[in-house]
Amino acid sequence: MMDRRAVEEQLFRGLMYLSLAIVLGSLFLVFAIVVFKGAAALNIAMVTQVPHGGYYLGKEGGILNAIVGSIYLAVGAIILATGISIPTAWYLQNLSQRSQYAAGIRMMLDIAAGIPSLIYGAFVFLIMVMVQARASLLWGIITVGIFITPLLTRAIDEVMQTVPSKLKEASYSLGATRLETIYHVVTRQALPGLITAILVAFGRGIGDAASVLFTAGYTDSIPASLNDPVATLPLAIFFQLGTPFPQVQERAYASGIILLVIVLIICIGSRYLAKKYVRYSIK
Amino acid sequence: MRDLRDRIVNSILFVPTLFSGVLLIVMVLTLIQKSGQILSTRPLADLLFSSSWQPFAGNFGFLPFIMGTIWVTALAMLAAVPISLLSAIYLSEYAHARVRDIIQPVIDLLAGIPSVVYGLFGILLVVPLIKYSVAPLFGITSSGYCVLAGGLVLAIMVFPILISISYEVFRTVPLEMREASLGLGATRWETVKHVVLKKAFPGVIAAVILGFSRAFGETMAVLMVVGNVARVPTSVFDPAYPIPALIANNYGEMMSIPLYDSALMFAALLLLLVVIVFNIAARYVLVKVMAVA
Repeated sequence: MMDRRAVEEQLFRGLMYLSLAIVLGSLFLVFAIVVFKGAAALNIAMVTQVPHGGYYLGKEGGILNAIVGSIYLAVGAIILATGISIPTAWYLQNLSQRSQYAAGIRMMLDIAAGIPSLIYGAFVFLIMVMVQARASLLWGIITVGIFITPLLTRAIDEVMQTVPSKLKEASYSLGATRLETIYHVVTRQALPGLITAILVAFGRGIGDAASVLFTAGYTDSIPASLNDPVATLPLAIFFQLGTPFPQVQERAYASGIILLVIVLIICIGSRYLAKKYVRYSIK
Repeated sequence: MRDLRDRIVNSILFVPTLFSGVLLIVMVLTLIQKSGQILSTRPLADLLFSSSWQPFAGNFGFLPFIMGTIWVTALAMLAAVPISLLSAIYLSEYAHARVRDIIQPVIDLLAGIPSVVYGLFGILLVVPLIKYSVAPLFGITSSGYCVLAGGLVLAIMVFPILISISYEVFRTVPLEMREASLGLGATRWETVKHVVLKKAFPGVIAAVILGFSRAFGETMAVLMVVGNVARVPTSVFDPAYPIPALIANNYGEMMSIPLYDSALMFAALLLLLVVIVFNIAARYVLVKVMAVA
């Protein structure tokens, strides 16, 4: 005969297992259903060809334009975001740990990181209307860049904060200034975490659709310059789904597999690189 | 000399920092300026509480969209909060370090999956499930594209943020407090209930608020499964039209109808203000919670 307390313990333990099973199961289901439905339409032409005439009616072609477009866009955005984030993180490091001012900046960044990407898209679109610019790769890069910057800055900042103060003190005692220490010691020590942060932000950039819906345009060809419109993979999925033709919708599922594979590569790649560079850090 | 160089470099570093800080303010001001047009011609109460949405006739009542957002978000939170909290409790209080090391990357992956893919998942699995199984169970006909579909997809999308933040919060509860409780003969669950949850309560609330504001602004996945009908939903099987979907769907044509662009920017402003207020509140609590640890 179990007493009431033991029953309660078992009950909640059971509920926890169930909850975790739901969380893990939903991840599995997302992968399983997209792969299951998309595999039939997945072929080599999908990733090697741009859409030919009538592609959206079910004729030949692929979505190379969107794959390359997404990569151009995300690479551009991550360069822009890293260029802003690393100096900002250095600046924050250079302030005292207890500084109210630094806490204020961090708070601002956290809030900015919580703003939906759609709002960034709307904001940049308003600016584009103001300067009478057309949707292009450049504006897409700007939009995604400013939307991942706060996320990236805070992630880098957090990583740099975990560098032990003993290491910094050792550097100071050798006569290095604060900035020299941040540059040579903190940044180097934080390198594995930095790589992870950059790749996670890259993943966010490549997967986002709402921010580029109105700033990057859409095209069936691969952009040749920053002023050309650019197709992105998430939007390619969205548009293909929007057609009334089952063959084209199936290609949307197949495009979903491609996007999932890219996200997986980024995820595994960041873990691998982080592990590889951890060797160069002082434990 | 090096001191001077340090000072110069520091002021150079200040420029990008300033950019990040100012951007937020510029965004709010730009949206306020753009919304000014519609706010000056319509009373605020009309915009917020009228359910008549006819842009061509100049009627801009946001109630269907506001209610749509609230229904979908509330449903998502209702499903996600208990599941996420129980998962986080398990990871922080029960799981071996080895189990945690396996589950952590999986949750990171869940967070990394693009919104559009969740939308695909919704269309392929959740929508048909509701249309053919769940709705008939209640004797209702539904297209499947409804509040319930949006809520369920959204719930899965907020699992990672809810789990990881509440996990962090649970970890800030000192081990000694647990030991004291266990030492008095409490079971593990009693310790969780009376000590960990009580101590972590403000942080858990903050996690829930952050999850809520994430769900609030989520666009693509919800837009794909929620039906997008501009009517105030009356049941979870009704379609809804949340604010982000409204903005995303109508961007293209907004320049051709008078006041339409201003109305959409007002919607964006509403969204932005709610998210900012929620984030400030949650971050404020979290900073306090983490500082104690």
